[in-house]
Amino acid sequence: MLRLKRSCRVARWRYGVRDVSGFVSRGFSRRRRTPGELADRLPPGQYAEPGFPVLTAGPTPRIDTDAWGFRIDGMVAQEKEWTWDEFHKLPFETVPCDIHCVTKWSKLGTTFGGVSVDVLLEGVEPQGDFVMEYSYGGYTTNVPLADLMDGKAWIVTEHEGEPLPREHGGPARMLVPHLYFWKSAKWVAGLRIMDHDEPGFWEQNGYHNYGDPWKEQRYWTD
Amino acid sequence: MDRLTPVEQRAPGKWQIGTVASIKHETPRVKSFTIELPMWMPHLPGQHYDVRLTAPDGYRAQRSYSIASSPLDEGRIELTIDRLEDGEVSPYFHDVVIEGDQVEVRGPFTSYFVWRGEAPVLLLGGGSGVVPLMAMLRHRRRTMPELPMRLVYSVRSAEDVIYADELGDDAVLTFTREAPEGWSGHAGRVDAALVAEARVEPGIAFICGSNGFVETASQLVLDAGFEPRMIRTERFGPTG
Repeated sequence: MLRLKRSCRVARWRYGVRDVSGFVSRGFSRRRRTPGELADRLPPGQYAEPGFPVLTAGPTPRIDTDAWGFRIDGMVAQEKEWTWDEFHKLPFETVPCDIHCVTKWSKLGTTFGGVSVDVLLEGVEPQGDFVMEYSYGGYTTNVPLADLMDGKAWIVTEHEGEPLPREHGGPARMLVPHLYFWKSAKWVAGLRIMDHDEPGFWEQNGYHNYGDPWKEQRYWTD
Repeated sequence: MDRLTPVEQRAPGKWQIGTVASIKHETPRVKSFTIELPMWMPHLPGQHYDVRLTAPDGYRAQRSYSIASSPLDEGRIELTIDRLEDGEVSPYFHDVVIEGDQVEVRGPFTSYFVWRGEAPVLLLGGGSGVVPLMAMLRHRRRTMPELPMRLVYSVRSAEDVIYADELGDDAVLTFTREAPEGWSGHAGRVDAALVAEARVEPGIAFICGSNGFVETASQLVLDAGFEPRMIRTERFGPTG
């Protein structure tokens, strides 16, 4: 009985739903030419976009730098908080990187400026392996702590040498360039260290829990 | 932001090969494609599909397109596609695809910019940003015609009106570049007067269009008394 069911399912798959491997779109050929060395930097399904598109789920919040603060809290030995002025006394780095948005565009060779999460974590002693980035305006996104350490993530306040525009997350946003860009929270207000993983905003609403662009982890089931 | 119940994913986003059943010319730049799907599942109005094109040399291009149809149209979806000159996928759909062609798609995806029956509803669309809003309008007309939902639709000129033959009392238009002859309605960019003309009590708002349109429209909707968490936006990335 079980065996019969299984073979039916295979048959339905073969005839009802065509296997998509080997499918070619009639009359389609490449129109965009990305130079070789750049093409190698494009993850699967992405294209190079010279602009910097804006994608936000709600209205753009306004955060005055006077009122701005950044916290690391949750399961930590020592909570930390910085005002805008205190934050700017920390070691500042220029970060050249490629960024990849889940909506298919990538921006290659762009430069942000900010403070490494490694610097911010000094003395915090996290007691958990997971992080929820949280933002002014209510946005959240989850990442494993390991993905924010060892020179992989920054809180940035500049883009191409200019103050980060509000629509791109200014005054400060996360930058986690090795993951799809929704993991780089705009208007970031803090990092909450957790002893368990929990889905953030887009992770609850259909996007992948981890979001590695090189594995094309766009949606829940990827 | 509210926690939302995840969408049940019964055909969980597998690539499938659909067949283009019909093509409608909406405007000189916009066509709607009705695609029949072997693994169709009901979507929520506002969701999108991904489309993938594969060249004989294996080169691939992918883009996301909003669904324009109501989930009551079983077995098929309608994707309305704006032709972007320097695009890679939209010119293919416009210049190459004919009825009967096969196209590779997967979806429906994401569950934030979706309408789940909340009311009252104010929809604000700029240009082809009207597409996901049309899915909401069409679905409401067929399920809850009495439910208060109005569309504010900003277009450049009369020839740019998508779904022109379907816009009724539940839509308010403005022409930003050139109003048609004899037009007595609103002209110019979306403003407070136009939002007021829609006569929708503060409830939920869905705003879709270019970044500039969405910024302006969200501020107008905030000023009209909508709560920030009840304003959902979708901005065009440069899809093409």
